[in-house]
Amino acid sequence: MTMSTAPRFWRHIPQRYNLIGTHCANCGEYYFPPREICPNCRRDTVMEDYKFEGTGTVVTYTVIHNATEDFKRQTPYTLAIIQLDEGPRLTGQVVADPDDVEIGTKVKSIFRILGKDGEKGIIYYGTKFVPAESSA
Amino acid sequence: MPAGIVSYGVYIPKYRIRVEEIARVWGDESDVSGNLNVFKKSVPDVDEDAVTIAVEASRNAIRRGRIDPTRIGVIYAGSESHPYAVKPTSTIVGEAIGTNTDLTAADFEFACKAGTAAIQACLGLVSAGMVDLGMAIGSDTSQGAPGDALEYTAAAGGAAYVIGKDDLIAEIEDFYSFTTDTPDFWRREGMPYPEHGGRFTGEPAYFKHVTNAARGLMRKMGVSPEDYDYAVFHQPNGKFPLRVARQLGFTKEQIDQGLVVPEIGNTYSGSCLIGLAATLDVARPGDRIFAVSFGSGAGSDAFSIMVKDEIDELGGGVPLVRDYISDTKNEYLDYAMYAKHKGKLRL
Ligand SMILES: [Zn+2]
Repeated sequence: MTMSTAPRFWRHIPQRYNLIGTHCANCGEYYFPPREICPNCRRDTVMEDYKFEGTGTVVTYTVIHNATEDFKRQTPYTLAIIQLDEGPRLTGQVVADPDDVEIGTKVKSIFRILGKDGEKGIIYYGTKFVPAESSA
Repeated sequence: MPAGIVSYGVYIPKYRIRVEEIARVWGDESDVSGNLNVFKKSVPDVDEDAVTIAVEASRNAIRRGRIDPTRIGVIYAGSESHPYAVKPTSTIVGEAIGTNTDLTAADFEFACKAGTAAIQACLGLVSAGMVDLGMAIGSDTSQGAPGDALEYTAAAGGAAYVIGKDDLIAEIEDFYSFTTDTPDFWRREGMPYPEHGGRFTGEPAYFKHVTNAARGLMRKMGVSPEDYDYAVFHQPNGKFPLRVARQLGFTKEQIDQGLVVPEIGNTYSGSCLIGLAATLDVARPGDRIFAVSFGSGAGSDAFSIMVKDEIDELGGGVPLVRDYISDTKNEYLDYAMYAKHKGKLRL
């Protein structure tokens, strides 16, 4: 179990910890998760790594009341599609009272535990979001 | 060449539980809050631990000082609640703040003073010219067994200090440490909660070590309490730092600014360092700060700190200690929710 998930997590650490995506210097488009070839530019792609600011807006969301064993302690929690200020959309957890999250809520990134591989396995850390006015 | 603090940052989770609520659950009818001078304590969210707190505090320090993280050559992370028994907190922090791989890192453990020990180690490497900048962290999500006296105060929080030689916001003029083998508090491998020596934790532990380190530093430097604008002492509760300040000849006015324990509880490795941060938040160039940590087991590190003009150049919109403490942003938990947050129902 530990052996099967640790390498997969490890490969995605830059994305998960720091929202590292890519930016095409040819057309200006941002990508998260990172892409190597820009669909706009194809052969003319000039891709560079880009660290997203971590600020964005809730596009839509759902409140999860029943979760798997791993996430049970966190319920109810809010899972949202967030549009980053640079453009790309991603799915992320918004850590807040579900009443404080709505479509259009401005959010910013925070560093949290995403999950644990049971009692013995590795701890997955990464990015979640909070409403932007929170000090947390 | 002088060395010291280039930037600093803190992080305190937003949840609080009132000490009275804990006393209510255990049927303790004495004035627990008044006796401890602690009214509430911080509680981590279910997805927070000593690593996430260390990362948030470090990111705040980087932002506040507009530090290029690739300049950091060493990270020492102090905690008594590192989430892994084997696998360093410091490497996760390094990745999360964006250091180069040209980095040395290790985790420190010395009960509540692991963070100040990390500062001393960073000062050594920086002063010797072996690294450009060092990051020293104290962060904890400390645990008290349900019903144990520690449960009233064991809290969560952390602070991170960037140590260097250039652009100092505060010079560390000197330090002095006092260390003995004293079994006042401990936790064996694999045990969920620490044990302690009850009343033994006061006189032969906290007071003996803090006063010896403080007096040792004042003797070494030829200074006295009147030479300082502020003083910060480790804060296991709200009574000990008041009493030790009085014993040493410091006034209540000198320690008020850094006394955060009544509002957030004992953040262990974060305690003295959050108190120091709360003091730096208001300090002016030329102010002098006296700071003494304490860690069970036992030892104290005393520091003399001189605030420099560069403190006015910090920024980054980073929250001050009082922003984290301010009432309006906190959410209060009852004991049942608190137990859920701490994963405590393992009885
Ligand atoms: Zn393109």
